[in-house]
Amino acid sequence: MSAFSDRVDLALADPILKIAVERTAGTAEAKRAVAVDAFPDFDRARDRAAAIKDHVIAHLGEYLEMFEANAIAAGAKVHWAQTADEACAIVIDICKAAGAKSVARSKSMLGEEIGLPHALAEAGITRVETDLAEHIIQLADERPSHIIWPAMHKTREQVSALFKAKHRSPHEEETIAAMAESARRELRSGMLGADVGISGANFLVADTGAICTVTNEGNAELSLVPPRVHIVTAGIEKIVPSMPHAVHMLRMLARSATGAALTQYTTFYTGPKRTGDHDGPEEMHIVLVDNGRTTMREEGLAEMLRCIRCGACMNHCVVFRQIGGHAYGGTYPGPMGAVLTPVLDGLAASRDLPNACTLNGKCQEVCPVRIPLPTLLRGWREKSWREGLEPRTMRAGIGIWAAVARRPRLYRLASGMAVRVMRIVGHAGWIKSLPLAGGWTRHRDLPKPASRSFMEQYSQEKRR
Amino acid sequence: MTLDHPRVALFVTCLVDLMRPRIGFAAIRALEAAGCEVVVPTEQTCCGQPALNSGDRATAIDLAKRVIAMLEPYDHVVIPSGSCAGTIRCHYPEILEDDPEWGPRAHTVGAKTYEVMAYLDEVRGWRPEGVALPVRATYHDSCSGLRELGIKAQPRRLLDAVEGLSLAPLAGEETCCGFGGTFCVKYPAISNAIVGEKAAAIDASGADMLLAGDLGCLMNMAGKLHREGSRVRAFHAIELIAGMGDGPAIGEEA
Repeated sequence: MSAFSDRVDLALADPILKIAVERTAGTAEAKRAVAVDAFPDFDRARDRAAAIKDHVIAHLGEYLEMFEANAIAAGAKVHWAQTADEACAIVIDICKAAGAKSVARSKSMLGEEIGLPHALAEAGITRVETDLAEHIIQLADERPSHIIWPAMHKTREQVSALFKAKHRSPHEEETIAAMAESARRELRSGMLGADVGISGANFLVADTGAICTVTNEGNAELSLVPPRVHIVTAGIEKIVPSMPHAVHMLRMLARSATGAALTQYTTFYTGPKRTGDHDGPEEMHIVLVDNGRTTMREEGLAEMLRCIRCGACMNHCVVFRQIGGHAYGGTYPGPMGAVLTPVLDGLAASRDLPNACTLNGKCQEVCPVRIPLPTLLRGWREKSWREGLEPRTMRAGIGIWAAVARRPRLYRLASGMAVRVMRIVGHAGWIKSLPLAGGWTRHRDLPKPASRSFMEQYSQEKRR
Repeated sequence: MTLDHPRVALFVTCLVDLMRPRIGFAAIRALEAAGCEVVVPTEQTCCGQPALNSGDRATAIDLAKRVIAMLEPYDHVVIPSGSCAGTIRCHYPEILEDDPEWGPRAHTVGAKTYEVMAYLDEVRGWRPEGVALPVRATYHDSCSGLRELGIKAQPRRLLDAVEGLSLAPLAGEETCCGFGGTFCVKYPAISNAIVGEKAAAIDASGADMLLAGDLGCLMNMAGKLHREGSRVRAFHAIELIAGMGDGPAIGEEA
């Protein structure tokens, strides 16, 4: 049994997970539908969003250079990382140079992607996750199960128990307000005592050199402004040409993610503290991370670089809704994760992900930047087939079927025989169990086929 | 260009051929009533979708070329399945895009290929006449037809002309049933969880009959409903539209 099917079985056997995922994703689906209906011509706005990203991806080098020049002019230091390890090493070096003992992190999927939490631990640097859900995940020593709601798989009761076990002065009353207050007490001291603040970026604005972050809790502001040093790690595809483009993407992002018009906090950071500024870090470092993105552009996955990490595809995915995020096994779950994980972890280790999809197209229907996810998933399946990664039984099955399907007369003969066999094992219209079709009959009945195929009946009628 | 009596090739699909021939005959009946001359090319097997979706592109291309050559002589190609029609209409041109000979041929055949209910409604402007069936049914929108071909209103318009038939709303009518071709046998546990929810929604609709436009999805949902002891009967919508809704449902012996 592959690791994927183990994780799936585990997820499907967890009734709490099912309730937790359905609650969050179901609510997001309903709210998004309302927000999209209220948006004047959402489809045109999506076309524009996709066009903005396509333009940037096609001219990535030019925009990155423009961003670098403007970020430097604003006083930031810009670093380039080819790989995840390089990116982590750069961050650790900056932390060490700053003499940092503790860092406050604002949630960043790129940070998860490059393994930054692990790298910080190895370097002996204390890490405070300041996003409430990431804080929960840190206490539980888990990985995020969703890119917007990292702790969507946990219930309030589970979170309460965690806080009681790990917080220094936990809540006594079992109310949301008391729990939030407990987390606030715990996090505030971590944020204010940190030497370095680390964040991701939702957008990099080329013509100003600004980075943009959005949060619903204001934790980015609190964890990035007080420390002496602010480090940003961002994927190179996060770039937009200018402010109006960033604003357009923000409108698409929030509505697609949560159905809200905007998130509570949207902040643009342009360089470190300047003379006369009341607050802000003394140093700002921006680490621009490739980690497979250039290869994606060259190898037919350029459309995936449009992704603005809204999570709409997973919220609307029938498979995600059943198995949750952890079952995907990578940093990114859902349909977008099924496209990205083979890039990051290798196809051999993740070939199940592009296969475990019904290709129903709902993800593409809701994607704010119109990524053709089913087509990209099919592309991975083709690569997996070419490289012989598909199971031998599967290859043999398709091979036999194809040999028969190429020969109409053999096809009639073989299918006629199959029909007769299936009629023998059936009772009163239904087949309860069929050799070689256990995957079907374990969970559902199979209708017994007709006594003669359509083609048999049709040709007989014609002869009459 | 509207032809008075188009010569229509009926591609019955491998599932209809083997599992439920009535759907093919219902399609012929409706198409003839709509003024078409229906021909069933005898060399047809399968459109190649299992290979396409499994990643076996070479086999998919090979089968696509056979199907294209077979269907070229006809005015239109009609299929009682949004999924197979989507394969020919949307995916054949994609997989043959770089082939200077077959690319244009794929486009031509793709453009004249239709799902049967979309064809009857949009191309023929036809409505069933004198067809009556007093039943409360519910309709599941199969994914390929819905999202690749835009099939939503067409079957409902045709069903609306069936006297006595009323459609009950189905919660999540556009949500995938978990069939997904080979997905249902490759990942049976996930597929089962999905179709389990679908079956519960169908039961909760209060309908006596489940309708859809794809036999694969119908077999999946009907199979789950039957395993769960539901009394909801399942039909391909074209059977009702062609006046064959009084026959045996999926899984009932004739």
